[in-house]
Amino acid sequence: MEENNTVLQIENLTVHYVLEDETVEAVNGINLSLQRGKVLGLVGETGAGKTTTGLACMRLIPNPPGVIKTGRVLIDGTDLMTLPEMKMNDVRGKEISMIFQDPMTSLNPAFTVGEQIAESVQLHDHVSKDAAYKKAQEMLELVGIPAERAGEYPHQFSGGMRQRVVIAIALTCNPKLLIADEPTTALDVTIQAQVLDMMKQLIEKYQTSVIMITHDLGIVAEICDEVAVMYAGSIVERGTLEDIFNNTMHPYTEGLFNSLPNIGHRGEDLKPIPGLMPDPTNLPEGCAFAPRCAYAGESCKCVRPELRAVSDTHFVACNAYSRKDFSIERSKPHE
Amino acid sequence: MSDNILEVSHLKKYFKTQRGMVHAVDDVSFSIERGKTLGIVGESGCGKSTIGRVILQLIKPTSGSVRFDGQEIAGLSGWKMRSMRKEMQMIFQDPFSSIDPRRTVNQIIGEPLKVHGIKKNRVEREERVLELMETVGLAERLINAYPHELDGGRRQRVGIACALAVEPRFIVCDEPVSALDVSIQAQILNLLKHLQRQIGLTYIFITHDLSVVNHFSDDIAVMYLGQVVEITSAQELFDRPLHPYTQALLSAIPIPEIGRKRQRIILNGEISSPIDPPDQCRFAKRCLYATDECRAHCPSLREVSPGHQVACWRV
Amino acid sequence: MTEKKRVPASRRYAKRSQTAEIWHRLCKNKGAMLGLLIMIVIVCIAIGAGFLLDYDKDVIGQNISQRLQHPSWAHPMGTDATGRDMMYRIFYGARYSLSIGIISVLIALVIGVTLGVIAGYCGGVVGEIIMRGSDAVAAIPSILMAIAIVSAFGQSMLNLMLAVGVTSVPQFIRITHAATLTVRNQEYVEASRCLGLHQWQIILFHVLPNCLSPIIVQTTLRVASAIISASSLSFLGLGVPAPMPEWGGMLSAGRSYIRTHSYLTLFPGLAIMITVLALNLLGDGLRDALDPKLKGKK
Repeated sequence: MEENNTVLQIENLTVHYVLEDETVEAVNGINLSLQRGKVLGLVGETGAGKTTTGLACMRLIPNPPGVIKTGRVLIDGTDLMTLPEMKMNDVRGKEISMIFQDPMTSLNPAFTVGEQIAESVQLHDHVSKDAAYKKAQEMLELVGIPAERAGEYPHQFSGGMRQRVVIAIALTCNPKLLIADEPTTALDVTIQAQVLDMMKQLIEKYQTSVIMITHDLGIVAEICDEVAVMYAGSIVERGTLEDIFNNTMHPYTEGLFNSLPNIGHRGEDLKPIPGLMPDPTNLPEGCAFAPRCAYAGESCKCVRPELRAVSDTHFVACNAYSRKDFSIERSKPHE
Repeated sequence: MSDNILEVSHLKKYFKTQRGMVHAVDDVSFSIERGKTLGIVGESGCGKSTIGRVILQLIKPTSGSVRFDGQEIAGLSGWKMRSMRKEMQMIFQDPFSSIDPRRTVNQIIGEPLKVHGIKKNRVEREERVLELMETVGLAERLINAYPHELDGGRRQRVGIACALAVEPRFIVCDEPVSALDVSIQAQILNLLKHLQRQIGLTYIFITHDLSVVNHFSDDIAVMYLGQVVEITSAQELFDRPLHPYTQALLSAIPIPEIGRKRQRIILNGEISSPIDPPDQCRFAKRCLYATDECRAHCPSLREVSPGHQVACWRV
Repeated sequence: MTEKKRVPASRRYAKRSQTAEIWHRLCKNKGAMLGLLIMIVIVCIAIGAGFLLDYDKDVIGQNISQRLQHPSWAHPMGTDATGRDMMYRIFYGARYSLSIGIISVLIALVIGVTLGVIAGYCGGVVGEIIMRGSDAVAAIPSILMAIAIVSAFGQSMLNLMLAVGVTSVPQFIRITHAATLTVRNQEYVEASRCLGLHQWQIILFHVLPNCLSPIIVQTTLRVASAIISASSLSFLGLGVPAPMPEWGGMLSAGRSYIRTHSYLTLFPGLAIMITVLALNLLGDGLRDALDPKLKGKK
């Protein structure tokens, strides 16, 4: 019975961008699964491969230069990678939707917002124009915009409002999976709070599964049930919110937490992760994080770590845990 | 109280547009003590970036005074201001557009030295560039690198080195870390803090990120639509925020901890237009506590307890 | 002091400069290389012709007994109506066509870039006047304007260059203006002001170098069209005065024999075509080498 509840299953996904004289190894063999109605936070820094993963689920990797080397993406058991392009168009928008970071460019300035939402309804639900427009107005109400504003153009809306419209478009066909790529990064804090609040209610109401791509651990804490931390194209730690925040295992995750200014303790020096993300065209042989890792040993430099289960829900990719007594600073009890 | 390096009083900057006067900065006053950091927080469009530029005279103020070390610099003519520029510098937000893509690191950092005639000889200048690069943590081998070969964090370090080259005493940091990843952000914040301790710099730290400003500043001014609505020490602001906007802002910060129950204040609506604002509290439209009084007159900053000023009728 | 200490650091870490990078990218472009090769050959011919040919005897010296000879080993491109060797004339004509093309574009470049930068950087009323003025000039058909200038000032090579140059000015103003506008709003311009640079230093050291790539591309392409304009003017009889072997003039002279002696128009026409094609290939190649990858290399 449990099988049926899995909406998304990503198996061994590898995406490379093959350029003229180099290959960017953007995503390197990741595995993920997501249950119905759950929100998965995909966390990582610029260039970690978060967006590429999201695009791969939509089969929207620009090709060339992007190539999906290996892997399967299963939505409700159907492998998207083998679907013909025609079928894929039906899947996009109806089964999976995506919200992009920049609300300024993801709407078409030449059409009213009502028309843009209605277009998506018509495309997938095959209803009359009027019915679609009516549905569009309902959707606007749902995201907290008065239905009368359906006749207005995107430029008449502010950034926060536009992002609401984008969310409305993404949710019109009640997709099984919503991929939200940094949906609030371009917004101000108070507007971000409004939008997140609204998204939370909608997700609960429609039982949509969501992949929340973000770099902000604060947002993750707010909205996600599960977390996957990405570094240099691999998932380094995965688990429930509780696992990741209160029982951090991976040194990189620890580094991320330590880099954040803490509201409680002001004035102390931050503890940043030294160095830089490795060049994705030239990843180190062993653990990609080893050059920046305070705990790295000899084996880390030559053996690429595999995700290992710590508990039923918690997985970590770190060689150091081969040692029985290993633990990172953060997981030691603190006051 | 004479040890204020910068005193800004009744500073105004209006922009003329086709739809009316934009009140970008409207009657702002504050002062900064030597060696301290003043954080200016606000959302986009509140005029916080304009304030930084007006203080540095990159934009001429409409009215008001800016006194640096007791000397009035508002409206100073071009060449007089040029010598002041050695004292006050700026670090810009976007490390991708704030350095010239066609010049090497050596040329970029060397330029202020050349312009101000600090190091005339080429070899000497290069030695100083290397010193500066070391100060900001750039490897010596990058001296001939072009900006496109550097990542955001390194570019920001170049920007900082460039600002430090003229040995200023005062630096306006305009969102210096908001374009950077968290782990790099922390590196840059530590660097700025370290520099402050080492050379005794005074900062104005402009940002929209409250957790960063709290970490970094001694005092914080919260801006809304061109006005300062609350100004006090960082500690006090976070412990006892008085202005309804500050309260909402603080409650909206996503905190990376779980299980912390917070009363979240979700504001209605969005920031209104700064064009020809009526004489009422600018925040009244979104405020949960607004009364008729708030809609009748615009409140000005009042001291409610020592060192804590708020612009709100209800406090 | 050790030897290593004395070497300036910038020397120690010396590496390929940006110009070398661009050259490297240009070398990869086959079309551009072909264009460059052709241009080098043409320039060599133009220079060589000056040394090897006797202008009075080989180029304009008439020889009625040899008139209208079809191409043969003695005259690979035949002879014209007064018995002058077409090959010599075309080779020597490269000097005129190229120098008219290059000099007239240089005139346009200097005037256009200066005005364009001023208009773009200063903006306001000054900018508006310059831009509207340039629009007005651009509204007059360029060939008409050139005709007007040549007829007003008389027929000479200098006036031809001026005429062709002036008609290219608006193009340069517009392109520089557009480039300046984008560069002006970059933060590094503000940063330079903040560092205390004079306005002219900012324009010269920061704004101009960053506008350069579209200007360089435009220059190469404009040389090509200037050669065509100059040829057209000569064809109309307004260009270089008669005996001088300018390609357009030769084309015009051969026109009356086009049915019987088509080579008289074929070879000058080919010369113009090949030169223009080569310049365009080179210009396109330069555009690719200079432009987008420079900044967006991620």
